[in-house]
Amino acid sequence: MNFLARTWVGEWLTGLGRLAVLTRDAVASCLTFKASRRDLLYQIYFIGIKSQAVVLVTGAFTGMVLTAQTYFQFHKVKMDTATLAVVGVSMCDELGPVLTALMVAGRVGAAIAAEIGTMRVTEQIDALRTLATHPVDYLVVPRLLASMIALPLLTIESIVLGIGSGYIVGTQLMGIDPTYLYFNMLKYTGDIDVVFGLVKSFVYGGIIALIGCYKGMTCGMGAEGVGRATTEAVVFSSITILIANFFLTLLLQRLYVLFWLS
Amino acid sequence: MIEVRQLSKSFGPQLILEDVNLRIESGESAVIIGRSGGGKSVLIKHIIGLLQPDAGEVFVDGENITRMNERQLLRVRSKFGMVFQGAALFDSMTVAENVAFPLERKHQFTPGEIAKRVAAVLELVDLPGTEKKNPAELSGGMRKRVGLARAIVYEPQIVLYDEPTTGLDPIVSDSIDKLIIRVRDHLKVTSIVVTHDMRSARRVGNHVIMLHERKVYANCTPEKLFASADPVVRQFVDGVADE
Repeated sequence: MNFLARTWVGEWLTGLGRLAVLTRDAVASCLTFKASRRDLLYQIYFIGIKSQAVVLVTGAFTGMVLTAQTYFQFHKVKMDTATLAVVGVSMCDELGPVLTALMVAGRVGAAIAAEIGTMRVTEQIDALRTLATHPVDYLVVPRLLASMIALPLLTIESIVLGIGSGYIVGTQLMGIDPTYLYFNMLKYTGDIDVVFGLVKSFVYGGIIALIGCYKGMTCGMGAEGVGRATTEAVVFSSITILIANFFLTLLLQRLYVLFWLS
Repeated sequence: MIEVRQLSKSFGPQLILEDVNLRIESGESAVIIGRSGGGKSVLIKHIIGLLQPDAGEVFVDGENITRMNERQLLRVRSKFGMVFQGAALFDSMTVAENVAFPLERKHQFTPGEIAKRVAAVLELVDLPGTEKKNPAELSGGMRKRVGLARAIVYEPQIVLYDEPTTGLDPIVSDSIDKLIIRVRDHLKVTSIVVTHDMRSARRVGNHVIMLHERKVYANCTPEKLFASADPVVRQFVDGVADE
């Protein structure tokens, strides 16, 4: 049992160390502008444009169901017009960035791990290295930058659509007064909520790209190795996003109190 | 000049290479032979710095590459071209994009110059007019030729071939051997060929290194190796299985 625990902990710590080294190399490479602009634009297209459908559906239906549930509870205490304020704050602070990141992790994280993993097992990464090209410059940096650019934009879309669809559900299906619904949403949803959401989505973009690339670059040999890397990329990114969300929420709130309110 | 000194490498508990020493002079055409799983590919991956040894050193033109980090190795690797066993072509790119890749990464050439060089090198490997094809549309022999074109397009000083004729029929193998000789003579490069194809070893090499039981067992000219009466060498050269 001790041996198993040691092995598991050892592997986990080794993996964490390698991921930290990859992050350091990627950040250093970003600072020296080694990525090609064409690769970056392609990755923004792949991560941003190609994720539209999944992000728009997620944002819209999350806003709709959140509005309905909030209305059902608030209606009991005659607070119907505060419904969209709850939806606005929730979408900006938590649901917009987290759900968008989880959906993108499923689509993009898996694709990154599978693509880079296949390149590894077919020696294409070794070929890159023999052609005097650092795999971090060519494979990791464009995906990392693209993900950190695309995710905040996707999150904004998701937030706007969530609040918009919530407004339609509130006014058209629940019969809430549109003026008060809208006014209360603006009153209680501050700029800082949007900033929190964007900062979070920027961090989650980095998490998705780095874990996807790391899992691809360290995947086992053969089809089984690529399959496992793909699954692990999605699972680890999703778990890391959920854990990071809690700590980021506390950290951002603390920073807000320290620098904005003092 | 490439020099390997007392190189040892193991993967987990399995020792692959032990105290390997060899020296390949500039302009030589060296062939590394040995049984499957005997560490031939592992040895050339150490020569180009794709693997780090557990012990020992590798010198390329007097520089010890075993102490270099990945970024320092990039500079040394620009002296090398490598042809992989499975060609390792980038499957998201066309033939022309694959061959142009190392030139585009150098940022020294105009698109016109790159296109001209790509066409010239594809002509050299007998694949003119295949620029727009995808790797998936090519046969095994054609893929190896494209891999060779990509490896020589930037005119490296040393070309490494990892089992260039494995999996090919005898006629295509013969054409690849001729191509290796043509590239060697045309570009005046140092060639290191890993193979277990004895006909290929005899044709392309002027220096043969035989690995056996993790060590260099023979290091001589092809004529001397093929005339050897040593039972281990004879068994390998004649392709006789253990009883």
